[in-house]
Amino acid sequence: MDNNIKHNGRVNRIAGPVVGATGFQEIRLHDMVLVGEEKLVGEVIRLNADQVTIQVYEDTSGLRMGEPIFNTGEPLVANLGPGLMGQIFDGLQRPLTTLAKKEGGFLGRGISESPLSMDKVWEFTPAVKEGDLVTPGVILGTIPETQSIEHRVMLPNGMSGRVVEIRSGSLTLKDHVAVIENDQKETQKVFMANNWPVRMARPYRKRLDLNEPLVTGKRVIDLLFPIPKGGSAIIPGGFGTGKTVIQQSLARWSEVDVVVYVGCGERGNEMAEVLNELPKLEDRSSGIPLINRTVLIANTSNMPVAAREASIYLGITIGEYYRDMGYDVLMLADSTSRWGEALREVSSRLEEIPGEEGYPAYLASRLAEFYERAGHVSCLGGKADASGKERDGSISLVGAVSPPGGDFSDPITQSSMRIAGVFWALDYELSRRRHFPAINWTKSFSLVDLSHWYLEEVADDFVVLMQETQSILGREHELQQVVQLIGQDALSELERETLLVSRILREDLLQQSATFGVDAFCPLVKSYWMMKVILHFHEAAQQALQKGVSLQDLENAQVLQKIARMKEQKSETIVERLQYLLEDIDTEINRISEKLERSNARG
Amino acid sequence: MHEDEPIKRLVTKEFRTVSQIRGPLIFVERVSDVAYDEMVEVIDPAGRTRVGRVLEIDNNIAVIQLFLSTEGLDITRTRVRFSGDVIRLNVSHSMLGRILDGLGNPIDGGPAILPEKLEDINGKPLNPAVRIEPSEFIQTGISSIDGLNSLARGQKLPIFSGSGLPGNELAAQIASQARVISGSGDQDEPFAVVFAAIGITHRESSYFIDQFRSSGALERTVVFLNHADDPTIERIITPRAALTAAEYLAYEHGLHVLVIMTDITNYCEALRELSVAREELPARRGYPGYMYSDLASLYERAGRIEGHPGSVTQLILLSMPDDDITHPIPDLTGYITEGQIVLNRSLNQKGVYPPIDVLPSLSRLMNAAIGEGHTREDHRSVADQIYAFYAEGRDLEKLVTIIGEGSLSEQDRRVLDFAKRFEKEYVGQGHSNRTIQETLDLSWDLLSTIPAQYLKRIPEEYIRRYLRK
Repeated sequence: MDNNIKHNGRVNRIAGPVVGATGFQEIRLHDMVLVGEEKLVGEVIRLNADQVTIQVYEDTSGLRMGEPIFNTGEPLVANLGPGLMGQIFDGLQRPLTTLAKKEGGFLGRGISESPLSMDKVWEFTPAVKEGDLVTPGVILGTIPETQSIEHRVMLPNGMSGRVVEIRSGSLTLKDHVAVIENDQKETQKVFMANNWPVRMARPYRKRLDLNEPLVTGKRVIDLLFPIPKGGSAIIPGGFGTGKTVIQQSLARWSEVDVVVYVGCGERGNEMAEVLNELPKLEDRSSGIPLINRTVLIANTSNMPVAAREASIYLGITIGEYYRDMGYDVLMLADSTSRWGEALREVSSRLEEIPGEEGYPAYLASRLAEFYERAGHVSCLGGKADASGKERDGSISLVGAVSPPGGDFSDPITQSSMRIAGVFWALDYELSRRRHFPAINWTKSFSLVDLSHWYLEEVADDFVVLMQETQSILGREHELQQVVQLIGQDALSELERETLLVSRILREDLLQQSATFGVDAFCPLVKSYWMMKVILHFHEAAQQALQKGVSLQDLENAQVLQKIARMKEQKSETIVERLQYLLEDIDTEINRISEKLERSNARG
Repeated sequence: MHEDEPIKRLVTKEFRTVSQIRGPLIFVERVSDVAYDEMVEVIDPAGRTRVGRVLEIDNNIAVIQLFLSTEGLDITRTRVRFSGDVIRLNVSHSMLGRILDGLGNPIDGGPAILPEKLEDINGKPLNPAVRIEPSEFIQTGISSIDGLNSLARGQKLPIFSGSGLPGNELAAQIASQARVISGSGDQDEPFAVVFAAIGITHRESSYFIDQFRSSGALERTVVFLNHADDPTIERIITPRAALTAAEYLAYEHGLHVLVIMTDITNYCEALRELSVAREELPARRGYPGYMYSDLASLYERAGRIEGHPGSVTQLILLSMPDDDITHPIPDLTGYITEGQIVLNRSLNQKGVYPPIDVLPSLSRLMNAAIGEGHTREDHRSVADQIYAFYAEGRDLEKLVTIIGEGSLSEQDRRVLDFAKRFEKEYVGQGHSNRTIQETLDLSWDLLSTIPAQYLKRIPEEYIRRYLRK
């Protein structure tokens, strides 16, 4: 990097993470600079005549007036190449495990360490021949990066032409894999790892429709508020409502190829928990440890504030890189509020006129830019294969939001809500009674219509059952208000049955343990059948009540015990078992009705 | 902070160019080569020295924040001496058993502390990759904590108290009863307590010191005292000094350190006072927008590190102003800490001690610290079941006050009775010290009044094994 240094300036103002400088001959907005003798990483955020304002991503304690600042002449970049998977980085993409070995338990400042190992040997298998014409995004070859991820080396942006050399076999990041000759007969070497500015979205061919749900294994999400592959969702909730637990659970069990987990301004012990368990947890279908498909980015709450913003952009850039290879990527950001607060802090040190609650006026546009980087796309250079299918990839984004006092009117929740298509509102009331996931079914929504996919892939009646579930839960809300005013006696037997069923829906369907083995992931087909069984009971019970059966007899029905234990059953045999349960429901309710008819006949 | 043993300085610069004194802030003009966050000594016309630090530098004007009052300072004769280094604390194993002021100077009449090391009071962020996930169960002897919101070694757990609620009493009780239970039974491991009194009254601090003395823990305790009548701004330093001492004892001497910080509300008020003096834009209720990050820089200094035998566990006390849990102080704390223990005024009025409201209380690290090999296999599901019934019982209680018990079903009545017995027997244990086995057995005893078919949160095998018929 040192040979890139163009011109130096000098520190003339220090206020926390914001440093002022003068004396640069040449400097552009968003240039990355190294501040002071310790070479703290910073970024130019404002230019005013000769005065340059820099946001420093490291602690500025001890920085002196007059210390030099070096301009690298480049923006803040992510280093993208094989070796990202299974790593934990800080917001500036420094590899934390490598740093721990070198520096010990505490993080120092001004450390530069290559994000990817330059000496590691990778097995490169070419996918193009000498003489082929290639354009940006074309896959030149593949590398088995981990047990579960095949790394596809793509031709970087800005290069195109004829392949004059393509190598194969054992190579490191220092070796070139190909040589390309362009129209002007100039040759260029291509390496496995390349840089990309984190603030710039990576290009793609075109956006595709969001038409397939991302199966999360959480019933309340998959059944009621699904997120599509390539969509974005936000999880707002006060402290203790389970944002992090949901995010971690999505990281573990979601049906995607790659997971990027960004801990932004959150707890160190939680990152330790994720780091500790991912190598041990196995993918359900392949049995390969989940760490093989995961990239972790940790900028915990006590690490420098300004780097929170960098960590979010780094995460999405890494996600886009794997999307471009043709993978389905899930990026989790916990929590976007801490990023917003970092914006607010820097903005206030810049003495900008604040918008709502002290947040800068550009908060909403920054959030929008970020969430719009989610999507399902046709990849650059992704030629149609033999079957006519082009290479496509997706990046889905789930952002946790931590509104102050759990109040959703806060600017970050409101701005995020306008952009994200899926809203999972977490609720204090539910979490206090340990109903997890504490996703409130009356406040949450999913704007994406995936009914076509469900009809084709799951069942004809999926959408109907889903709507009925929602309407029963909505009806419960109304009936409860009546009960609270005048008591249960005011309700008819039919209405009380609705309360019974909505309770069953809540307790035996929506409530799901994040820890209990079998229940931690619920396949979509099991979720569907569980919902079907409960609604079947509802239908049978309503008919029986109309025949004069008393609600009490139904409440004591044996099948309710079985319904309550559906969660614990293994998913392999679930369809068969639940089909039997449907019959059991009919049998038992018929028996109850017949008993009544017999006693009526006798009476 | 270290008048007796001044640290080695490369250069000492002195200026007499004070241009403004405003609250705890001093503006010094025409300075050069000054560092951000540098420690300064301000010498008043009478020759007395006060400590401060550099808050901001703009061209050649430095803004200095004093940790004592600015009373008696003037513009013409006050001298400001820049130390060339950040604020550091003398740390040593011999701090144990000593009583220090809020800046770390001995006030017990004993000798000065011979430093083994000088440590930056701001500490350094811990690399998340070397943290060990806290998973050793700490038995506090209090059922509503051990059974429902278990504490783990290396955790940071606040107690949300209120004026007139026995938060300090509870903290002192936990400090004297806490022990680690693991597979191999009770362990006799080296431990220490670091107690940071932040703006509390003399009565409260002597209560703690008496408690430590009577449990024999005082010899293993370092006490930092900033009383209500001590300078407000000193409160910014007190918790940092205490945590610096705790980290040193934990990571250099291998002790398991329990840090008690009380009352964080006073700390936050000092932070607000400082922010207002700096004319910063306030966020909620006048508190600065960076209060989250500032509190995190304290709370995140809890944990365990790979390759170090010691640990830092934090017990944080704060008073919720007007019992409002959405107030910025408890709110931001709850977002950083690994759970919270919430005290409740109406339980306290009913005579329940400890008046812990279990519904809003939470321990995030509980799952890793309980279950087979830690406490007992049924622990998690029993806790979930108790929560479900107690929450339902509380709802029914409200309903009954409106419509009477008449319309309740048989099961509703059982749940209502469960909730009453739970509050009285399980939560309201008085000052007794219960083992985790006793707590779990009591749980099953309470649950046995409800037919097994309603125990939906508990897997059937545990019901068969533990429910007494």
